[in-house]
Amino acid sequence: MNDILQGLVSAFWLVVTFDADLVEISLRSLQVSLSALVLASAIAIPLGTWLAIRRFRYRRATIALLNALMGLPPVVVGLIVYILLSRSGPFGVLGLLFTPTAMIIAQVIIITPLIASITHQAMRDLWADYHDLLISLNASKRDRIAALIMDGRRTLLTASLAGFGRAIGEVGAIMIVGGNIDNATRVLTTAIALETGKGDFALALALGFVLIALAIAVNVLIHVLSRTERAGRW
Amino acid sequence: MVVAASLSAPRHHFGLRHAVVRRRGSTLLGPVTLALPPVGLTIVLGPNGAGKTTMLRAMHGLDRLSEGEVLSDEPLQAARRKQGFVFQSPIMLRRSVRANLAYPLKLDRVPSGQAAEAVERWAKRTGLTAVIDNPAPSLSGGEKQKLALARALIRKPELVFLDEPCANLDGRSTREIEELLSEAVEDGTRIVMTTHNIAQARRLATDAVFLFQGLIHEQGPADRFFDQPQRPETQGFLKGDLIE
Repeated sequence: MNDILQGLVSAFWLVVTFDADLVEISLRSLQVSLSALVLASAIAIPLGTWLAIRRFRYRRATIALLNALMGLPPVVVGLIVYILLSRSGPFGVLGLLFTPTAMIIAQVIIITPLIASITHQAMRDLWADYHDLLISLNASKRDRIAALIMDGRRTLLTASLAGFGRAIGEVGAIMIVGGNIDNATRVLTTAIALETGKGDFALALALGFVLIALAIAVNVLIHVLSRTERAGRW
Repeated sequence: MVVAASLSAPRHHFGLRHAVVRRRGSTLLGPVTLALPPVGLTIVLGPNGAGKTTMLRAMHGLDRLSEGEVLSDEPLQAARRKQGFVFQSPIMLRRSVRANLAYPLKLDRVPSGQAAEAVERWAKRTGLTAVIDNPAPSLSGGEKQKLALARALIRKPELVFLDEPCANLDGRSTREIEELLSEAVEDGTRIVMTTHNIAQARRLATDAVFLFQGLIHEQGPADRFFDQPQRPETQGFLKGDLIE
């Protein structure tokens, strides 16, 4: 209990004094997670929507695989990305290992199935509502996807925020591919792991509280900007 | 009902030939053959499960035919561009009334100024101006049905299918919908509509079709259909008998 209290006090002082290290790793956390979120959303939202409206031979298997990939163990993803990006790996020549880019790649792989799967579920329900109307209006496939994304945008926002939540709280994969290098690839979660290992629970907790506050702040900000939960809106 | 004598839009032949719709082993419709008259409002009557909705959906290409064909001068896709469909439970896009009305024009790549003008005109015509910026799903049943009808008519289609557009509506809303339908027919739009309401059918129809157990039992001009029905099932249905 004392550790938690001390953690809260430390977190408060770290924030009010604009601790340089805290600001740096917080900004890096945001940079990595938001970049991964944008990239993953750009892949997952059209993919999930496409899966909702297209009928093809291996559709069921594809959806089952996508749902299964939601539970991808981050450590395994980290390991695979590590092998691919290491010097002896196929992409070693790019020199991306132990950089924020490698961390973004790992996070994109982890959160894309999650966003795509939630998108698919939401779009499938919306498509059931809209199917007859859009066919009747002769909407092209592109127009149908655009209409679903447009009208389901608030659900898609939720899907993206779920992805963001997973990305910003992720530690296993980015620890492996980023290496937790000070001033280079250290982010809030890897810093928490490091401080816990060193036995500095107060600082680890302080960083934890900052991480939670950051995640809440981003969620609130996105909700405010997208004007969700307002009267007369969907 | 007055029907415009000369219509500027080219008229296309449309109908069904030996059309059959089967689902999961049971026949929902057919075989039916139907050629729509070039103008007017065709009422499709029949008890529940007679195949009225299935026939409309098949003609519009929403349901695939198991046998037979849709009679059209053009490929089905091209023909559908000149058609509209109003569903029994109106489907509202999760947007404002304005955006719902504008959507078909957007699909047709109509310039935005022209589309905005058409939207305002149709909102006024359907009495939806006061709620034009409201979310469409929040409208009342009658308003939703008027919006669905306006959205189908805003493209000036040659042919509109309506599946029981006045089901569950009160007298006032029904009258407003009927006025819109009469105006549309006068403007040259061909309408095919299902209803259970025989009084409404008498008010609106220029010709009528009676469907029973998936088959067309009788069809013809409205006067003859309602005043001198030939088949006992039609006579019974028009008298209000329960037929199964």
